[in-house]
Amino acid sequence: MLKQTTYLTHSYDKADGHTLAAYEAAGGYKSAKRVFGVLTREKVIEEMKAAHIRGRGGAGFDCGMKWSFMPKESQKPCYLVVNADEGEPGTFKDRTIMERNPHSLVEGCIIGAYAIGAHAAYIYVRDELHLSKERLWGAIAEAKQKGYLGKNPFDKNYPMEVYVHTGAGAYICGEETALLNSLEGRRGEPRLKPPFPAQVGAFGCPTTVNNVETIAIVPTVFQVGGDAFSKLSALHDWNDGGTRLFGVSGHVKTPGVYECAVGLTLRELIYDLGGGILGDNKLLAVIPGGSSCPVHLADEIVDVPGNDKFAPYNGKSFLDLPLGVDAFRGFGSMLGTCGAIVMSDQTDPVLALHNLMRFYKHESCGQCTPCREGCGWVERILDKIVAGQGSIGELDQLHEIASNITGNTICAFGDGAAQPALSFVRKFRPQLEDYIRSGGKGQTRSLEA
Amino acid sequence: MAFALSVEHEKKLAEILSRYPNKMAACIPALHLCQEANENWVNDEVIHFVADRLELSTAHVKGVTTFYHLFNREKPGKHQVWVCHTLPCALRGGESLVKHCEKKLGVQVGQTTKDGKVTLRTAECLASCGTGPMIQVDKTYHENLTTQDVDRILDGLLAD
Repeated sequence: MLKQTTYLTHSYDKADGHTLAAYEAAGGYKSAKRVFGVLTREKVIEEMKAAHIRGRGGAGFDCGMKWSFMPKESQKPCYLVVNADEGEPGTFKDRTIMERNPHSLVEGCIIGAYAIGAHAAYIYVRDELHLSKERLWGAIAEAKQKGYLGKNPFDKNYPMEVYVHTGAGAYICGEETALLNSLEGRRGEPRLKPPFPAQVGAFGCPTTVNNVETIAIVPTVFQVGGDAFSKLSALHDWNDGGTRLFGVSGHVKTPGVYECAVGLTLRELIYDLGGGILGDNKLLAVIPGGSSCPVHLADEIVDVPGNDKFAPYNGKSFLDLPLGVDAFRGFGSMLGTCGAIVMSDQTDPVLALHNLMRFYKHESCGQCTPCREGCGWVERILDKIVAGQGSIGELDQLHEIASNITGNTICAFGDGAAQPALSFVRKFRPQLEDYIRSGGKGQTRSLEA
Repeated sequence: MAFALSVEHEKKLAEILSRYPNKMAACIPALHLCQEANENWVNDEVIHFVADRLELSTAHVKGVTTFYHLFNREKPGKHQVWVCHTLPCALRGGESLVKHCEKKLGVQVGQTTKDGKVTLRTAECLASCGTGPMIQVDKTYHENLTTQDVDRILDGLLAD
């Protein structure tokens, strides 16, 4: 279902769209005002649960549910932490919000912090996003001046501060517990769970960590109503509500970020919004939601027996399956961040895998042996295969190493690194074998379309 | 000589410290501040300074410094250029752009031009997948690039 919306993107095209004036002209801060004026914490969480916002950072956990895990009474301060460490290959939506609509995030922080009993929110922005940080600090200053932040926001005795914190170049800090360590001034190594952040998070205090887009859409929920917002989605019945930002990159004619109702399909994303494949070539494969999702061949068919919800889609192309958290999980894939990486039939898939595994090798934090050693090992085998010096035995080893990373590490990075290796080896085995036999002479040996 | 901050930077450090419930949390922002004040690199003097001011061990600060890619342990060129070469950018020509920059600047990735003007680096995904190929020059993104665009940008840096 292709239904474009403009809740977050209404001012993206305006030069001054990031300012308070533009945001308020479009109805901004009315939600926070109403929440502070008439709603209790419980009521806010109830409304959020009705909205069925599945976490936009990739894990797809229900936001209202997550907020409800925070203690009702806490002796310690509570914190809201926003994960703006966007860096998953294929994902570039949060940056557009911070650069072009930063007030939606600030207002979302005010409502979110109130709902979880926090008086401070930290937005953890990766260091490279200098314009995002500048725009957020600007928005915070404007909101403060208006009295929306500070000691008495909206004339209510509920002190509220929002801060921008910065990383220093480490993909792993997008993992929520690594992010908390980094926020505390430590090396960004993930923590064991439990305890979960809602019990022991930032500075040893109860903490909720949410993605930028998840928080930025919160004001919209209180404008249109939780249930009404959820029903904008074609997957309302799957408890996957509302609208979200879909990204498409790689070999499409018009790559970019598009805001649509949940329920969009990959075919619509690639061919309608993305304008089709570059050079009118054929589609080879697509990674649906950031590089940690499995790769899928263009001709894959949905086949999920024993689940009525899949009945309308069984036997059809997965390109026509709605992009929903549970829809893609059921299909055996992952929705991730809804940032699809598109590869045309001109792409050499062996080089694509090599590129991705270099990324994971580079970004493994090194804490857990299977991930630290495994990612390097996989990369070294691929180095050899790409150079035409690999063997079939090593190709089998790739699968074994990746399988041994999965589930054997503290955080989900290991699974995310294993996923491309496992799915590429499964789906592009003939091309990998060809490299081993002929040194890649039968391949295009290029990533560019 | 021991590292010290200017009066203006000291004010900034005090403001950074006011954001957090403890001093350790200021470690990364403080290192950024000091790196900028120290020709874009973190030497041992900076590590000692930050450890002293934040009441941390030098081992802790050194551990943090070496964990994150963007703290330079060697002095870089006047300008730093990162070329994104992760898959979405690579599908749009990112890898070719790396080679082009190497040729244009006469250096390999990781090296600085002889005149000390430009350090060339590669980057892993800069969240700019829809506008690749792209490069980051110091604090600025340049997106949807052709080789002509890159030549113009690099010429500007070399002339600076």
